[in-house]
Amino acid sequence: MKSKDPAKHTHARGSCECRKGITRRGFMTRLGVGAAGVAASGALFPQTAAAKEMEMIKAGDMAKITLRVNGREHTLLAEPRWTLLYVIREKLGLTGSKIGCERGECGACTVLIDNIPRYACMTLAVEARGAEITTVEGLMEGEDLGPVQQAFLEEDAFQCGYCTPGQVVAAEGHLRADPDPTDDEVLRGMSGNLCRCGAYPHIFKAVRSAAEKRRRGKGGEG
Amino acid sequence: MKKEQEIYYTKDVPVPETPEPGTEPEPWGKTRIIGERVPRVDGYERVSGSAVYPSDVMLPGMIHGAILRSPYPHAVVKSVNIEKARNMPGVRAAISMDSPGADLQWPYNKEVSTKLFDPRCLFEGETIAAVAAETPYQAMDAIKAIKVEYDVKPFVVDERKALKSGSVEVHEGGNRLKTATHERGDVEKGFAEADEVVEKTFRTECEIQTPLELHGCVANWDGDRLTVWESTQGVYSVQSKVAQVLKMPLSKVRIIGHYMGGGFGSKLNASKYTIIGALLAKASAKPVKMFLTREDAYIAVGNRPPSNMTVKMGVKKDGTLTAIQLKGNATGGAYPAGGTALIDWLFRDLYTCENVRTEMTDVYINAGPARPFRAPGHPQGSWALEQMMDMLAQKINIDPVQIRLKNIPKVSQAREGNPPYTSTGLEECLRKGAETFGWDRARKEAEANNKKDGHIKRGVGMGGCVWIVGGGGPPSTVVVKYFSDGSVNLNMGASDIGTGTKTVMALVVAEELGVKPSVIQIENADTGTTQYATPSGGSKTVPTEAPTVRNACIDAKQQILKMAAEDLGLDVEDRDAEDLRFEGEKVVSKSDPSKSVKIKEIKKLNKRGLVMGIGYRGPNPENKTVNPFAAQFCEVEVNTRTGEVKVLRFLGAHDSGRVMDRLTYDNQVFGGITMGIGFGMTEWRVLDDGQTGKMLNKNWHDYKLPTALDVPMDMTCVPIELHDHEANNTGAKGLGEPVTIPTAGAIANAVNHATGLRFTDTPINPIFVSRMQDKTRAAEKAGKEALSKEARNKEEG
Ligand code: FES
Ligand code: FES
Repeated sequence: MKSKDPAKHTHARGSCECRKGITRRGFMTRLGVGAAGVAASGALFPQTAAAKEMEMIKAGDMAKITLRVNGREHTLLAEPRWTLLYVIREKLGLTGSKIGCERGECGACTVLIDNIPRYACMTLAVEARGAEITTVEGLMEGEDLGPVQQAFLEEDAFQCGYCTPGQVVAAEGHLRADPDPTDDEVLRGMSGNLCRCGAYPHIFKAVRSAAEKRRRGKGGEG
Repeated sequence: MKKEQEIYYTKDVPVPETPEPGTEPEPWGKTRIIGERVPRVDGYERVSGSAVYPSDVMLPGMIHGAILRSPYPHAVVKSVNIEKARNMPGVRAAISMDSPGADLQWPYNKEVSTKLFDPRCLFEGETIAAVAAETPYQAMDAIKAIKVEYDVKPFVVDERKALKSGSVEVHEGGNRLKTATHERGDVEKGFAEADEVVEKTFRTECEIQTPLELHGCVANWDGDRLTVWESTQGVYSVQSKVAQVLKMPLSKVRIIGHYMGGGFGSKLNASKYTIIGALLAKASAKPVKMFLTREDAYIAVGNRPPSNMTVKMGVKKDGTLTAIQLKGNATGGAYPAGGTALIDWLFRDLYTCENVRTEMTDVYINAGPARPFRAPGHPQGSWALEQMMDMLAQKINIDPVQIRLKNIPKVSQAREGNPPYTSTGLEECLRKGAETFGWDRARKEAEANNKKDGHIKRGVGMGGCVWIVGGGGPPSTVVVKYFSDGSVNLNMGASDIGTGTKTVMALVVAEELGVKPSVIQIENADTGTTQYATPSGGSKTVPTEAPTVRNACIDAKQQILKMAAEDLGLDVEDRDAEDLRFEGEKVVSKSDPSKSVKIKEIKKLNKRGLVMGIGYRGPNPENKTVNPFAAQFCEVEVNTRTGEVKVLRFLGAHDSGRVMDRLTYDNQVFGGITMGIGFGMTEWRVLDDGQTGKMLNKNWHDYKLPTALDVPMDMTCVPIELHDHEANNTGAKGLGEPVTIPTAGAIANAVNHATGLRFTDTPINPIFVSRMQDKTRAAEKAGKEALSKEARNKEEG
């Protein structure tokens, strides 16, 4: 990444450097795994002519990648098949993002990639280079809870708490995109995150109250 | 792990007795903090991401385990070759049935056990071999490289077929595991006395727990000591099973489970993966993280057994039930796992009836063994019983709430000697619930709507329940450390499975010792450092642990009062301490308020640093039974064109004794309703009966849990707060299970109210609703044609 503010970075077609190092087709034919993952998250990095020309990585090779997570850069060696979730949890030690299914069904692994909630289990680490990644840990304000987290705590929007970091991050992403959602938008926005404990009514309340808190916070003095 | 180690170095030498359990304290009068809406004491950890769940544990040098499972529902393993896998990149250990130390017995119950890696695979998902490697990816690669020769056998995966003669046998000797019958009175006489008799057959599909955190553990050895971080509902139950299977002393097995991401009954005990994790850690001399894949969690770690129930009931015109008969079967899978357990309970205990006969047959099939699932047996039975109650009410033309009110029992009819309940709020649940819900009006409005043309129909339905346990009981031990600055450390073995156990116990401490919850620190769920507790299940954690915590606080308080009495120059021996009481930060004399001492300044407390209070759970009342009750009400909308059913609102009226924390109480009620919606409307296991016997929908896409869009946000909780002081010294009964019992039946009744269609089988999803509508329309059409033909014939004739 050169100069750009990652949050505003758009991955312009054909010119974006995020895709250096691996092509989607090359990756799929060489490894024959993770096809669904790449397809589902392919929108992140659409295949382009420029991307095709880039160097290939063999299955067993480690790629040196730099990930920007919660505002810090981490450079590490990663196998092309490693998911972003695996790297975040096991290599960076950020275990707030959880593993529920590793197949894009539950949302326990939800992180923000350039402000958009995404399943980190369906995103390869190599794909996430150059993007601004935010995990639940990144929503903290030092040792203090962020507004969405605070709302979840106050409304008791969880039971076992295992889906909770994913719910919190999903809510944060939706509120960043739309600070004042309708009830229906909240439900739709949160429907990609399963809660087996069934804390949905409280989650719903928490997201509404978080929207309120964020709006007040943004307004300065409140 | 070698031979059973000797434990006692002497025999017949007396050891000091533990202190006698204390006398029961007076019930609380007006509470100051109990019953308020208090956010969780561990909420910060859970929302910040700092809570370390077992699946988050990372130890230096830790590697990752993976298990190879039988892809066939029935096969015999002829050979397993792990050599190639063992030599793959990153692989540190590979084990199978032939590996040294892996030849262990795995007990399913007291009588039935198999080998840990048993060559006879009776269900898809049985364990064959395991590996541990530096990354989970390498472990999966190695699993794929294991060569297994199977002798694939024919299978049976439908319990209805398994009972037919000539069926494939899961175990030699037939698929009928056992038939349990109960009888009281004379059902034939009851049917003869009835004004109306209804008979109907129901089926509930298999439901799978699928907690968000996968099943698994991290295992680590230090010489002959084993430490396991397990995602579990009970560290002590895991400890005893691990020690039993590995033939180790309990003291050398430490289980830690500070946090866990849901279990719903499927994590009450150790599993094969716990043992496999320990074996891999031993073989690799490294800590091993051993978690299942989501697919494996669908087939290998429990389910709610599918059930088939034919019910016949008789009723008099005034609503009196004259007879209840239940006959059917269910399956706990390939091993004894309580396939029919408690399905009959509601038929026998919930509504007054003199003549009852139940007969349920437990059947083997080639599928994963069942495990307890939130209120075992009850939602199944409730599905049939609550629909039957509505059908009877329709026959005699009375209101569904009224027919239930007519049959409220005063005693537990299913138990020996018909003991009374310590408290029963069923009637109030029905009355207050119906009133708050606006039952009468909602019924009328729905009926008015349904008279109009239009494809959106409305329905209102309800159901009641009792839960067989929920009173808790001994044993439990809790330690409270009261520090010299007045802050408190609470030490208990119980797990907080998401129900808010830690928070409720902090409130008990706060209530009893007058301290703020913020100065209470809780240590729990660690066999190495916390006290003995049974697993969190059966809705018994609050009624078991809360009184124990209270006892521990009282014990600490009594010691502190004695110390204060000394400081105040009172005669401790003369029981002057009884004249003293806690008042904020002071201990004050009741008779002479000028006599007081600040707790922080009590000399002996300062010298000792802390006072330790020990609490034990006392016995339950004799000749009485402690049970929670409930009634739930709902309103649905049915789109008769698409078959979609939308649940518009739900209300749960629950008698679980005293409300300990209103916030977590509401959350339990809503969560139970959500799970009941899943059971009734979205969830079912599909086994490929024809070709492979495998589960076809072992993922959350094809096995659908309710999402935020499938449950109403309009949910109401109505606590029926009878403080049950006979139950225990806190007056609380269990809540976690009754909340999910009547839900599905209530939905079926509401859908019937909307459409006139009776859904006897779960799940009520758009496919089945559409099919049923098509069938009904076709039948109506055929009926009309037959009628007009008849009319024509008559005319012609
Ligand atoms: S773990 Fe990523 S969606 Fe379930
Ligand atoms: S809080 Fe347990 S899964 Fe959501």
